[in-house]
Amino acid sequence: MIEVKGVSHDMRGQAILRDVSLSLPRGGVTALIGPNGAGKSTLLSLIARLQRLQRGRITVDDLTVGACADRDLARLLAIMPQSSAISARLRVGELVGMGRYPWHGGRPGAADHAAVEAALAQFDLTGLRHRFLDEISGGQRQRALVAMACAQGTDYLLLDEPLNNLDIAASRQLMALLRHMARDQGKSIVIVLHDINYAAGFADRVIALAGGRIVADGPPAEVITPGLLRGVFDTDARISVIDGRPVVVV
Amino acid sequence: MTDRFVLLAGLLILSILGFMTLGAEGSWSFLLPFRGAKLAALMLVGCCLATATVLFQTITGNRILTPSVMGFDALYVLVLTALVFGLGAAGYAALPGPLLFSLNMGVMTGAGLLLFALLMRGGRGDMVRLVLTGIVLGLLIRALTTFLQRMIDPSEFQTIQSASFARFTFVDRRLLAATALAALPALALAWRMRFRLDVLALGTEAATGLGEPPRRGQRQALVLICVLVAAATALAGPVSTGFAGPSSFFGLVVVSLAHLVTPSPRHAVLLPSAALIACIVLIGGQTVMERLLHLATPLPVVIELLGGLLFLFLLLRKAHG
Amino acid sequence: MPRLVYVLLPVLTVLSLFVGTVPLRPAQLLQDPEAWQLIAVSRLPRTLAALMAGATLAVTGQILQTLARNRFIEPMTAGAGQSAALGVLLVTLLVPGAPVWAKMAMASVAALAGSIGLLFLIRPLPPSQPLLVPLVALVYGGVIGAGVTFVAYQGDMLQYLQVWLSGELSGVLRGRYELLWLAALATAVTWLIADRITLLGLGEKTARGLGLSVAQVTALGLGAVSVVTAMCVVTLGAIPFVGLVVPNLVSRRMGDNLREALPVTAAAGAALVLGADIAGRVIRAPFEIPVSAMLGVIGAALFLTVLYKDSARD
Repeated sequence: MIEVKGVSHDMRGQAILRDVSLSLPRGGVTALIGPNGAGKSTLLSLIARLQRLQRGRITVDDLTVGACADRDLARLLAIMPQSSAISARLRVGELVGMGRYPWHGGRPGAADHAAVEAALAQFDLTGLRHRFLDEISGGQRQRALVAMACAQGTDYLLLDEPLNNLDIAASRQLMALLRHMARDQGKSIVIVLHDINYAAGFADRVIALAGGRIVADGPPAEVITPGLLRGVFDTDARISVIDGRPVVVV
Repeated sequence: MTDRFVLLAGLLILSILGFMTLGAEGSWSFLLPFRGAKLAALMLVGCCLATATVLFQTITGNRILTPSVMGFDALYVLVLTALVFGLGAAGYAALPGPLLFSLNMGVMTGAGLLLFALLMRGGRGDMVRLVLTGIVLGLLIRALTTFLQRMIDPSEFQTIQSASFARFTFVDRRLLAATALAALPALALAWRMRFRLDVLALGTEAATGLGEPPRRGQRQALVLICVLVAAATALAGPVSTGFAGPSSFFGLVVVSLAHLVTPSPRHAVLLPSAALIACIVLIGGQTVMERLLHLATPLPVVIELLGGLLFLFLLLRKAHG
Repeated sequence: MPRLVYVLLPVLTVLSLFVGTVPLRPAQLLQDPEAWQLIAVSRLPRTLAALMAGATLAVTGQILQTLARNRFIEPMTAGAGQSAALGVLLVTLLVPGAPVWAKMAMASVAALAGSIGLLFLIRPLPPSQPLLVPLVALVYGGVIGAGVTFVAYQGDMLQYLQVWLSGELSGVLRGRYELLWLAALATAVTWLIADRITLLGLGEKTARGLGLSVAQVTALGLGAVSVVTAMCVVTLGAIPFVGLVVPNLVSRRMGDNLREALPVTAAAGAALVLGADIAGRVIRAPFEIPVSAMLGVIGAALFLTVLYKDSARD
């Protein structure tokens, strides 16, 4: 379980998060939605200790973020940050292989190779494994980064806008895969999404953030309402319900 | 990749053979230990500088930097100049080797560690700020040196001139042993860090996500860099003409060549490859200088000319092909 | 920072006119025609030289760093400075009796040739790896520098070269600094294309997408860099520090929009060199400390303060 208690965060005197508390039990896909600048990415990177916690407390299972050993957390929780500017010049296979580092510390064994192969196959990257990251398309690079996070083989997976650069087929495939991992492998997945329809279509739970606060939290059908769109996103889009899931008509 | 390493190893053996045998006159019982000690010194210095540069480039994420940007070479020349200024050329020449060596080693590691400790204390490790501070201090040291050198008699300047270039014409075996004592553990530790360095090279966020927060690795690497550069410089003097500005050139060329010859993001490849190339370039340069130029030119000049041209040639051939 | 620099600059300029080996009081200007003479022949040229050298070096440093997309490259290390030194050295060796103007001319030609050589070298590099450009520039500069040291060492001219190359303003008189106007002109050109260079700093693809002629802007920028470096080295010697540290501090504070940042960079560079020169005239009067040494000391103290005050505030 990820537990966030009373977390506030400032940047240059500007409040990004204000007293956020929430708990995410194991399992399921949780989508974080909200307008630009709501604090979604900051919340995610605080949970994954990419930024230092200023106020409040975050625990993942029995590990306290900021106090536990970094390797232990890396074996429990993987993150794909939004701006994954990888500074080294790597091939796709090498990048995905780096995801296993927390387990083997540099000396990959058979299990690590198998996990990398599985991740490459899952994300349709086997044919691209020998290509450099700067030689493939943006969508392919995005898939490689998600594959790297998956190869890390953690119970918790945090993804910051993984659908960037992906076409509709790849987006649906990725979301379906994540849902499958959550249902059948018991993974807990937290994902920042911009497209509310993907959140509505694939998430088990939706959390809406605005101005650094949680403004709605629950199953998609309860959270994604005309009131939310108007109040939080400042837009008058219509919502219709298809197969029991809300769909925003854009 | 293996064939590239075989090639490098072959070149190294060739350069060692050339260095040991060319122009060999007299008894081997004298030549072998005499040239052997020089060879050991060359290889030790090569490994130290190559490794230090790889570490520095990885933790700063910048492939045009070398540790001498932080002013290590400049500090050596300042100590030298101050000694000649204070004691005169004769007084300087009379100083015992071990004393001079310990003084240099002490000043360089001391200053380096102090700087790193101050900068990495508290707060985040801001590498850009660290490098900028190093550059500024290096320039300060150079300014002081120039200032002192202007007040020195031209005849005494000769002493400084010849001593501020790395030279291996005579190697004191006690100092060689002392250098090895400091450098070999540091090299071993750098080798142990190779996998962590791969992760650090991915950038701050990716490395943190993989359980390898950069600050600790950066701090450890900085300490190793400090020891390696100080040891190499205290043994031989700066392997730099000081003309390439703050970025001395030997480490830069060697690591760039390693990237060209054995392209790989893995430090398990990069570290040995850079060290091998450094040894080849140093030994080859020393052979050229001794046999072709008859010691008339400082070693760094030969190395920078030949190494730099070789790099440009290889790079442009690759770019055209 | 901008406001402080803009206030400081005129104050230093006026101060510079009156401070020196021969003391001068403003009142003298009203009665003494020789005072005017002193100002016209020595003080004004010296002041202008300091201002122009500081401003142009700082600005071209920033241009080069933006073009190379690397904060740690400096005009002096990219080949132009070393080529200028090579030119001086060759003239001195081959034609020992050559007049100063011949040396200056030769150094300028050599510096320009060196920069053109660099442009040819970087042209075939793959655009997918922009980091190769600064790397090649550094290696190129290093090779020429090694050549300079080689020649100087053979001819036993290392100390001569050091004296020639160490940045100094004490020899600046009317008729001896006018080449710097060329540097100022070249810098003015970069100001005109500042927006385009900023775009280029965003990456080659973005720049092309916005309709920029990448090759042309790069050539113009590098051309300006080499003209400035050559003229400064030839007239004053190597002035360290300014081209590297000033742009870095300005961009930490102001960001990388060159149209906004360049005037501040120029003013800060000018104020720094002039201030260091004034301090060099005063501290050990009647002797002078060369501006390069003063820059090393004053500049270091000043910049470390700014750097750390800045970081503490974030």
